Amino acid sequence: MSPTTKAAERARPVYLVDGARTPFIKARGKPGPFSPVDLAVQSGRALLQRHALPSNAFDQVILGCVNVIASEMNPARIAALRLGLSETTPAFTMQINCGSGMQSIDTAYRYIREGRQDLVLAGGTEALSHAPLMLTPHATQWLAELGLARSLPAKLKQLSSFKLNYLKPVLSLKLGLTDPVVELNMGQTAEVVANLFNISRQEADEYAVASHLRLHRAQEEGWLNNEVVPLFAPDGSVFSEDDGVRPDSAVEKLAKLRPVFERPYGKVTAGNSSQITDGASWLMLASEEALEKHQLTPIAQIKDSEWSGLEPEIMGLGPAVSAGRLALRNKMTLDDIDLLELNEAFAAQVLGCLKAWNDPDFCQAVFNSDQVLGQFDTDKLNIDGGAISMGHPVGTSGNRIVLHLMNALKRNNLKRGIATQCIGGGQAGAMLIELV
Amino acid sequence: MNGIILNSLAGREKLLGPFREHNEQLTSAWKHWQLKLDEHKIAWLLFDCEDSDVNVLSQAVLEELDEIVMTLQVDKPAALVIRSAKQSNFCVGADIKEFGQLDSVEAAHEKLEAAHGIANRLADLPFTTVAIVHGHCFGGGLELALCCDYRIGVTGSRYGFPEILLGLHPGLGGTARSLALLNPVDAMTLMLTGKNLRDKQAKRQGLIDALVPERHLENALAAAIEGKLSHKKHGLTFKLLNSAPARKLLAKKMRQQAQKKAPPQHYPAPNQLIDLWLTHGSDTQAMLHAEIDSFCQLLVSDTSRNLVRVFFLQENLKKQAKTGTSITPAQHVHVIGAGAMGGDIAGWCALQGLTVTLFDMKAEIIGKAVARTAKLCDKKHLSPAEKRAVLDRLIPDLTHSGARHADIVIEAVPEKIEIKRQVYSQVEPLLKDGAILATNTSSIPLDDLQQELQDPSRLVGLHFFNPVSQMQLLEIVRHSKLSDITYHTALAFAGQIKRLPTPVTGTPGFLVNRALTPYLLEAMVLMDEGVAPETIDRAAEKFGMPMGPVELADIVGLDICMGVAEMLNAGLEQPMPAVPQWLTDKVEKGDVGKKSGKGLYVWEKGKAKKSANVASGPDNLTDRLLLPMLNTCMACLREGVIDDADLLDGAMIFGTGFAPFRGGPMHYSQSRGYMAIKAELETLAEQHGERYTPDAGWSTEVQ
Repeated sequence: MSPTTKAAERARPVYLVDGARTPFIKARGKPGPFSPVDLAVQSGRALLQRHALPSNAFDQVILGCVNVIASEMNPARIAALRLGLSETTPAFTMQINCGSGMQSIDTAYRYIREGRQDLVLAGGTEALSHAPLMLTPHATQWLAELGLARSLPAKLKQLSSFKLNYLKPVLSLKLGLTDPVVELNMGQTAEVVANLFNISRQEADEYAVASHLRLHRAQEEGWLNNEVVPLFAPDGSVFSEDDGVRPDSAVEKLAKLRPVFERPYGKVTAGNSSQITDGASWLMLASEEALEKHQLTPIAQIKDSEWSGLEPEIMGLGPAVSAGRLALRNKMTLDDIDLLELNEAFAAQVLGCLKAWNDPDFCQAVFNSDQVLGQFDTDKLNIDGGAISMGHPVGTSGNRIVLHLMNALKRNNLKRGIATQCIGGGQAGAMLIELV
Repeated sequence: MNGIILNSLAGREKLLGPFREHNEQLTSAWKHWQLKLDEHKIAWLLFDCEDSDVNVLSQAVLEELDEIVMTLQVDKPAALVIRSAKQSNFCVGADIKEFGQLDSVEAAHEKLEAAHGIANRLADLPFTTVAIVHGHCFGGGLELALCCDYRIGVTGSRYGFPEILLGLHPGLGGTARSLALLNPVDAMTLMLTGKNLRDKQAKRQGLIDALVPERHLENALAAAIEGKLSHKKHGLTFKLLNSAPARKLLAKKMRQQAQKKAPPQHYPAPNQLIDLWLTHGSDTQAMLHAEIDSFCQLLVSDTSRNLVRVFFLQENLKKQAKTGTSITPAQHVHVIGAGAMGGDIAGWCALQGLTVTLFDMKAEIIGKAVARTAKLCDKKHLSPAEKRAVLDRLIPDLTHSGARHADIVIEAVPEKIEIKRQVYSQVEPLLKDGAILATNTSSIPLDDLQQELQDPSRLVGLHFFNPVSQMQLLEIVRHSKLSDITYHTALAFAGQIKRLPTPVTGTPGFLVNRALTPYLLEAMVLMDEGVAPETIDRAAEKFGMPMGPVELADIVGLDICMGVAEMLNAGLEQPMPAVPQWLTDKVEKGDVGKKSGKGLYVWEKGKAKKSANVASGPDNLTDRLLLPMLNTCMACLREGVIDDADLLDGAMIFGTGFAPFRGGPMHYSQSRGYMAIKAELETLAEQHGERYTPDAGWSTEVQ
C-alpha cells in the first residue's frame, strides 16, 4: 500500500504534542506498589497538568495493556475517569502483546488522520510484577469437583484425592512469555535468531553493556527529566528513575552469567535480555484543528506506520521487516533515518535485525530486492539505552520508544526517526515520525 | 465528571409515597409538615421546615406535630411513615436558639414536660409507625425517630446525640429510649462522646432496623408495615449489662473515661447522664421523667450557656465565608512547599474534593506528604476507592506546572522573606486571570510581603493552624493593597474546605500567635523563677485549657516560638518578657521540643514525661499566665486586629482550644469584669514588671 494514494493525500496531518512516562520499576519477586491503572494515572496526571485542557477536551482515550488484572477490566476507562477526564469520553484498551503501546498510538493516528477525532490520549501500561499466580489445570479441576461434591462421603473422597503439587502455582508471566504455537519461550526465539545470524555471546553482552551506559548517561545529563515523572506510593516512597540500570555494567561481569533459556550452551542470559519491569507511558495526539483550538504546540508529526507478521520462532526479526518496509515506502535509505528506537527485547534480536538489513537472502525475501539495505550506524540506534537497561513492561514499551524518539530528535535537533518493536507471536510494528 | 445524564434524572429515586411530585404546591394546614394518605391508607408525614435547608425541632415544629398526632389518634391510618423532604437531612436536632430563651429551671421544665407529652403520644400511637431516615439525624431528630416503631436508614445516613458538646444530654426521651433499644455501652458511648454513628454502625448496634439504598426503600417499608422487619435481638448480655451491679461497675469506668476529656468540675453533663442510667437503668418510664429534671438543671448552667455560645460563635465564623458576592468555588489549588504545613494543607484540600498540585523541590518531601494524606484518609474511614481518589487528586509537582491552572496558590515555604519573595517572582507570572495568591505565613507582616508583587491586590494571608486536619480556624489576613474580590474569594475558599474563616489584619502575629506568645513566654519566666513545668501546666489545665503552655511550646517547637517572639518584639510596641538565655541555648543545641525528642520536657513515644508529684505554685499562678493573654486580646480588639469580641472569642477557642466552657477570653473577662481584670493587671505590673501594664482598652471598650 502506498501513502501517495489520493486518500492519503487528503488525509489530515497528525501531531504528537507531548508525552510522559513513569520510571520503569524492576519487579522484585512480589507485586509492586502500583497496579497498571495506578501507573497510567500517575504519568497521565503529570502530563495533563502541563496543558490547560478542559476535562472533555479528549475525543478518545486508548491504552495498551497486556496483563490486565482482574480488578481493572478495561484499564483505559478506569484510568480516564481517575484522571478526571469527562465520563462522556470513550476509552478502550488494546492488546497486540508487546506492540500494544504503539498500537494505541497508531489507532489514534488513524482516527485523527481520517477526520473522526481531533485530540486523543494514547498510552500503554503494564505491571508485570502483578501478573497473577495461577492454579494448574489439575488443581482447578480438583477444586471444581470438590465444589460439586454434595454428600459428606463424596466430599471426603474428593479431599483424599488431593495431591501436594496442586499447591504449586503456575506463573502466568512465564506462560505469557511462551509462544503456544511453536512452543518456544521468547528467549528461545532470540537463540534462534542469534544462531541464524551468527551473533556471538560476546557481541550480545557488549550491546547490553552499551545499553546500561547510555541510559545512565541520559539520566545523569537530565535528558529524561521531562519524559519521566516520578511515582509516589501511598506509603510515601518515591520512584524517580528507571531503577534497573547498572552504571557499573561490564562485559567481564556479564560473561559470568549462565544462559537462562537454553542451558548449557545458549547465548541468551538475563544480562543481555530485557528486564521485567512495571511502567506506563502516554502521548497526546492532535489534529491541526485541535492544536489551534487548545493552543497546543506540536513537537513532531506522525508520517507513516507499518505492521507486519513473520514466523513466531523468529519474532525478534520483526523490526527489520516493519522498519525496513517503512523506510523503503517513504523513499528513505538507512542513512536517512536520523535516529532509530528498536526495542531491546533481547540483545541478540536487536543485533539480528541489523544483520538482516545487510543480508542478501533476508532482503530478497522480505523486500524483494537484489540489494541489501546496508549497514545501520549503531551511533543512531537506541542512543539513550533501552529495554535491556530499563526494562520492558510489554504493553508500555511501544509507546515509550515513540515518546523517547520524539524527545531525542528534539534534543539533538534532528529530523526523522523510526521507532519499532518486535512482538511475541511473530509480528512487528514501526512508526515514522518527523520533527515539526 | 460532569454528570449530565444523571443530573437530568435527579430527584427521581426519592420515595415520597403519595407526595410523588414533591414540587407541586400543596396546601397544608401546617407550615413545617405535610400529611397525606396513600392508596393503602398509610399516612405519610413529610417533615419540611419552612424556609430552610435543614429540619430543626423548634417549638413551632413540635406544636404542629402535636396537632397532627392528635388528628391521627382520632382518624387512624393503617400506618404512619415519617420522612424528611430535605435533600440531605432527616433532622439536625433541636432549635438551639430557643435554649437561650428559657431563663429558669421552671420555664425549661414546663416546656420540656409539654414536649415529652408530644413525644410520648407519638410513641404510643396504636398503629405501626416508621421513620425513614436519610442524611443527618441528630439530637432531637434522632429522639423523634426513636419514638417510631421502626427506623429504616438510607445508605449514607448518620446518627448522633451531640447534646454533650453543648453541656447537655438528650432531653426529649433520648436517654431512656436509646437505652431501651441498644446495648447500654453503645447507647452511653453515643451520648457521652457526641460522636456520629455511620449507617453500618447504626445498623449493627440496632439503632436502625434496616439499612437500604433509596431504591429498596419501598420494599423495606412494606416489610416493616407487614411486621416482617424485626428489631435487633439482644441476648442475655444486654440484660446482664443493665443489671444494677453491672451498671455500678460500668458507671465507674464511664466516669473515669469521661473525666479525661471533660473534668466534672467544668463539665457536669457526663456525670448527670451516668447518674440517670445508674439510678433508672431498669425502668424506662422513671428515666423518662428523671431526664427532664436533669436536662433542665444542665440547660441553665454556666457551662451549657457558654458551650451554646461557642456553638453560635462557630456559626458566626462560618457565616464569614458567605460574603454575598457570588464566588465560583475553587477547583484547583496549587500548594508550594510540602513540609508539615504545606503538605497537610494540600492533603486536606484533596480530601475536600479539590484537585491539588503540590510543589516542592524535593520529591521525597512530597512523598512524605502523600503518606500523611493516605493516613488521614484511613483515619477518616474512607473506602478504598475514596482514598484512591483523594491520592489521585493530590498531584506531586516538581515544576510548578499546576500553578497555571490553580484558582488559588498557597505558599507555605520557610518563614524567610527573601525565600517567599523569590517564590512569588517565580510563580506570579504563571497565575491565570482571577487566581489569588495566598501565603500561610504565621508571622511576616503582609505589607512587607506584597511589596515586590506585580499585582499586590491578589495576595492574601491564609494562616492555617497545626495540625491542619484538626484545627478548624483559618485566619484570613488582610493588608493595605488587598482587593475585595481576593478577600471574598479567600473567605469563600475557607468555607469550601470546611474551615472557620477569621478576618484579621496583617500586623505582626495576627491574632492567635500574638495572643498566645505572652502566655507561653510567661510560662518560661515562671520556670526561671523555679516553678516546675508540671505545676504550670496543671494550673492552665485546671483553668480548662486542653494542655498547658509548657507542653504546648514543646509541641509547637521552641525554635518556632522563639522566632515568633522575636518577630513580635521587633514589630510591636507591646512589652513582653525577654526570651531567657537558656531557651536560646536549648534551641541552639537542637532541643526544640517534641519533634526532636527533647525540649522543656523529655518526649517519649509522642508523650511528654511529666513527674506526678509536684509542688503547688504561687497563688496567682493562673492569673500570671492567663492575664498577659487576655491583655493582648484586649489590645488586638482595641487596635482593630479583629473586628469584634465574638470573632475574637471564636478565634481563640477554635485556634488555641481556649477553655470552651468559659465562652472565650473576652467573654471570660466580661464575666470577671473589665475593671477587675484591669486592677489585677495593675497589681501584677507592680510585682512583676511593666509587661503587665493593662491595655488602654480595659477602660474604653464598652462591655
